Amino acid sequence: MPLLKIEKVTHRFAGLCAVSDFNLAVEPHELIGVIGPNGAGKTTVFNLITGVYRASEGSIKLEGQELVGKTPHQITKLGIARTFQNIRLFKELSVLDNVRTAHYGRIHYTPAEALLQIGRFRAEEKRITHQALDLLAIFKLDEMAGEKAKNLPYGLQRRLEIARALATEPKLLLLDEPAAGMNPNEIIQLMDFIRWIRKTFSVTIILIEHQMRLVMGICERLVVLDFGATIATGLPVEIQNNPKVLEAYLGEEVAV
Amino acid sequence: MAKIKSIYENVMSRWQALTDFKFFWPLFMITGIAFCMAASTYEFIDLYVQLILIYVGINIILTVSLNLINGYMGEFSVGHAGFMAVGAYVASLLTVHVFPPGAQNLFFPLAILAGGLAAALIGFLVAIPSFKTRGDYLAIVTLAFCMIVKSVLENIDAIGGPRGLLGMEKLTTLPWVFFWTALSVWVIRNLVYSNFGRGVLSIREDEIASDLMSVNTRQVKIIAFVVSSFFAGIAGGLFAHALQFINPRMFDIIKSTDILIMVYLGGIASIAGSIIGAVIYTILLEILRPLGVWRMVFMPLMLVLLMIYRPRGIMGLKEARMFTPLRDLVTEKLWRQKKKEAGDASP
Ligand SMILES: Nc1ncnc2c1ncn2[C@@H]1O[C@H](COP(=O)(O)OP(=O)(O)OP(=O)(O)O)[C@@H](O)[C@H]1O
Ligand SMILES: [Mg+2]
Repeated sequence: MPLLKIEKVTHRFAGLCAVSDFNLAVEPHELIGVIGPNGAGKTTVFNLITGVYRASEGSIKLEGQELVGKTPHQITKLGIARTFQNIRLFKELSVLDNVRTAHYGRIHYTPAEALLQIGRFRAEEKRITHQALDLLAIFKLDEMAGEKAKNLPYGLQRRLEIARALATEPKLLLLDEPAAGMNPNEIIQLMDFIRWIRKTFSVTIILIEHQMRLVMGICERLVVLDFGATIATGLPVEIQNNPKVLEAYLGEEVAV
Repeated sequence: MAKIKSIYENVMSRWQALTDFKFFWPLFMITGIAFCMAASTYEFIDLYVQLILIYVGINIILTVSLNLINGYMGEFSVGHAGFMAVGAYVASLLTVHVFPPGAQNLFFPLAILAGGLAAALIGFLVAIPSFKTRGDYLAIVTLAFCMIVKSVLENIDAIGGPRGLLGMEKLTTLPWVFFWTALSVWVIRNLVYSNFGRGVLSIREDEIASDLMSVNTRQVKIIAFVVSSFFAGIAGGLFAHALQFINPRMFDIIKSTDILIMVYLGGIASIAGSIIGAVIYTILLEILRPLGVWRMVFMPLMLVLLMIYRPRGIMGLKEARMFTPLRDLVTEKLWRQKKKEAGDASP
């Protein structure tokens, strides 16, 4: 059974069809790229999967469970986490608290226990603090655990966002333009990093990208969107030579 | 100047050492209550000063509870006076009409609690439509709420209508105010430094990201609002039994503005800030009483200057060490130690 199955999903914004008849089946442990020119509807697909928008039509299933109609926090608890195109960290909170917040749905004490500081409260707080610090250590961010997120340099903020998403213990990780603002050298590092994340955390990854170099390098399968329509799917080599794709990208820099 | 600074630092470091002491809080509570009891029985503190201290306490309750919504959660509520009114009227009606006149002291905490619960219930009813969707409806809904409460109270003759309600005994004493103030600070502080509190803070920082990090944002907002309303109700009950007279005009939008000023003066998202804001504002109001109407010029002016030079308030987004959990520091230290040992073991 596929991990994620999206069938005939369509979404309109006041007449504008941002995504139309979108279909995708993702097998466990796959690494899939979604590409397309500006405004093609890529981010909207992520917003539909994570419940930020409710699909006008169609169905989205995670391990057979329907996601359409669920709220974002319910969907996150079921095992989908994401990052954002424009970084959305909790800026005024510490790096540690950014990660600890992601444990919200899996904490085992009640507000009453927190109020009286009894029962499982202390043990649980200790557990998630340790877990968060361990995770930050893996991402080489533990030295900055006490720093406010807004004070991190841009690259580390992107890294922290991925760490925070992984703290929710997802089965499926959605990365929205992780390479934005990076130079070719950094992109090569990022490619290794993403592969390594998939292996270490055994997650399935869907990646939105503008930079063709990145997706061609690591994705096993690509989906190309243009004006909300899926114009091609297939292996990177197939996509590279697809005339429709070249046409859609005409006028954009095709950095293959 | 340098000397003042060094004295200040010296005092602060000693104070910090004192508050780090394990039994600081239990001892603080016991001595606090004992002191307040002694003060109100033997009256070694001037009655006028006692009354000001009572108002300081009530204002601290109002400020920390509103700070939960406006500071920690980043929403904008202007209805705090409305919830105060609910608490004040419910508690007063109970002590005046329901509880036996002979045992007022005994039933007083119950009356205050009932006022708080009534305000919490109303808070729940206000919160449901306000937080139905994302976006800034809260300011408008709470503004409307504040006006509705006032006109409803003015139109019920059974509870005095516009003339208000009197006949309450002076039941609000210093020890009681100390108790309720400490309770509100304690509750809000513990909530803020818990899983729930991280939910509240993340809503302020980025509501969508918060929801996507598994925070049930709607639930968190409703709970926070109910807790906040509860303490506004408590403060209302205490206020009514300190003044021994209430009328609907006391709880209009001006009163809400007063509380807002205390929040933004002391500092958003800070317990220490709330206390500082409430203390400064209450005392300043007393000092400036001779100015009469000019007070109404001075106060907004202060707010404007504050917004320009210190937009987040004196303690904005900062917390005094005494209110932050040492727990985190300890776990982090232990974690680093463990990591170092593990690192040493494996070459
Ligand atoms: N909330 C919204 N309301 C109205 N229109 C929207 C909304 N969000 C996106 N759109 C529109 O939907 C279309 C697809 O947007 P989307 O953000 O999904 O594109 P994208 O492929 O992620 O583009 P980019 O590469 O620039 O990030 C665009 O035309 C956009 O203007
Ligand atoms: Mg996008």
